[in-house]
Amino acid sequence: MTTQVVDRTTAVRLEAVSKVYGHGGNGLLALDKVSLSVRPGEFVCLLGASGCGKSTLLSLVAGLDRPTQGEISTAGRQVAMMFQEPALFPWLTVSANVEMAFRADNLAKRERRIRAGEFLEMVHLGGFGKKRPHELSGGMRQRVALARALAQSSSSSSSSSSEGGAVLLMDEPFGALDAMTRDLLHDELERIWREQALSVLFVTHNVREAVRLGDRVVLLSSRPGSVVEEFPVELARPRRTDSAEVAGLAATITDRLKEEVLRHGH
Amino acid sequence: MAVDTHARQLAGLDALELAGEQRAGVASRAWARLWPMLTAVALVLVAWELVVLSGRWPEYVFAGPITTFQDLGHRLGDPEFYQAVATTMRRAVTGFALAMLVGLIVGAAVSRVKVLRAAFGALITGLQTMPSIAWFPFAILLFGLTESAITFVVILGAAPSIANGLITGVDYTPPLLLRAGHVLGFRRLQLYRHVILPASLPSFLAGLKQGWAFAWRSLMAGELLVIIAYQSSLGEQLAISRELSDSPGLIGTMIVILVIGIVIDMLFEAADSALRRRWGLNPV
Ligand SMILES: Nc1ncnc2c1ncn2[C@@H]1O[C@H](COP(=O)(O)OP(=O)(O)OP(=O)(O)O)[C@@H](O)[C@H]1O
Ligand SMILES: [Mg+2]
Repeated sequence: MTTQVVDRTTAVRLEAVSKVYGHGGNGLLALDKVSLSVRPGEFVCLLGASGCGKSTLLSLVAGLDRPTQGEISTAGRQVAMMFQEPALFPWLTVSANVEMAFRADNLAKRERRIRAGEFLEMVHLGGFGKKRPHELSGGMRQRVALARALAQSSSSSSSSSSEGGAVLLMDEPFGALDAMTRDLLHDELERIWREQALSVLFVTHNVREAVRLGDRVVLLSSRPGSVVEEFPVELARPRRTDSAEVAGLAATITDRLKEEVLRHGH
Repeated sequence: MAVDTHARQLAGLDALELAGEQRAGVASRAWARLWPMLTAVALVLVAWELVVLSGRWPEYVFAGPITTFQDLGHRLGDPEFYQAVATTMRRAVTGFALAMLVGLIVGAAVSRVKVLRAAFGALITGLQTMPSIAWFPFAILLFGLTESAITFVVILGAAPSIANGLITGVDYTPPLLLRAGHVLGFRRLQLYRHVILPASLPSFLAGLKQGWAFAWRSLMAGELLVIIAYQSSLGEQLAISRELSDSPGLIGTMIVILVIGIVIDMLFEAADSALRRRWGLNPV
């Protein structure tokens, strides 16, 4: 690849980003002058009420949609995304779905299959490579999507294009999982994030999950979405979701979140 | 580790479920599909015999089922019959294959390029509604009484449906999958190849099925109109039977045409349901 100019201080930067859906009088202001940045290797969690524009924000960062106003930059980094729905291709097997993440790499087919298998092991779906997505449960499909996103963000093309690791966007990735599986996947995600020096933007409704994972928790207001407050999380890792420190900070953030929701509750 | 056993248990359950589904009575399922058909055939035969018995037409104009099937039985032992079927099927397959090629190219181009769609979208739908027999005088003028005339009309009959099937499939590609493809780094042709084309397969298959029906109709019309000397075909046999007032032969040939149509339709049906099973699109 050509020498990319890599910004060493920010991996993702949003500057006064606004997004309007629709036109004219009946346009809907989904995001209002959101400014936010993620440092390389930082894990940022986004919290906010339903409909406040979290998914909108992620798709803007992923380049799936354009902001109405403002600037977005991912500094030439590879951007992987895990959607709120699994978004798997029904015509491919589970393994082939994950292999799609290596399309850009010059890997032999066998090599791709083996690497896909490794990522499936990671989400505890090692034996399911030959199945079709519709044969899995909802939670299992989410795990396949996670495997695909992780595979993409650690694929060789992403680590060679810039010294900083890839950007990983995750939209409520663990919403459909039981608590035990979720804890295990938190550990896996944390491990890969460290190893690959990923910059993560993680959307969740679960305040404890946000505190468990994030270096920073960003609270969004609703209608229109804008940043209300940021909470740095200075607890030592590894953290546990059920520890007192996590619960304590989660309670503080929950109170602030309630205030925000009530303000809009009329 | 707890999750590992959990996953293994799940895998076991999954395997059981799949195996059970396949075992449970291939025979009984086949019978469940077969008996309504057999009943329908029996009813038609009875009605047919009743009409003949009513004496509205003399037996040599409207042969009954027994005479007809005896006659058909004799012809099944005659090599000329198989030559006729082979000629017709060769034309059908060639015409349909060419129509598929044309349909694919036109469909792909029109679904990709906005200007082409604006220009030809409505025209393709218009062609689809045009009775293909209306093309024959023109085709004969262009190609004479040759096989090319028949092939020309078969293509014109089938290609618009095939193209439209593809275009519809492309239009209805789930946006979420497009977004997923985009995030995975696919652009333009790559996106087309890895996401849009596979996603439009069910609709394309429906277009093929409809295209086949049109091709088959056009072909029969063509064989009745364009009779090529020394080349026996199903349509030609219809025409000859009529000229010779050979009622059992005429009805027998019609039955053969019907059966071929049904068999091929069943093939398309089987392909469609195999696809639905693989994708998990089956209704409950
Ligand atoms: N394509 C679209 N067209 C019009 N309006 C949209 C579109 N997508 C989202 N919206 C609107 O924008 C707002 C934000 O939607 P978004 O999906 O970003 O919310 P969210 O924060 O992800 O919610 P949730 O937590 O429920 O997933 C909502 O009011 C929604 O109705
Ligand atoms: Mg959302």
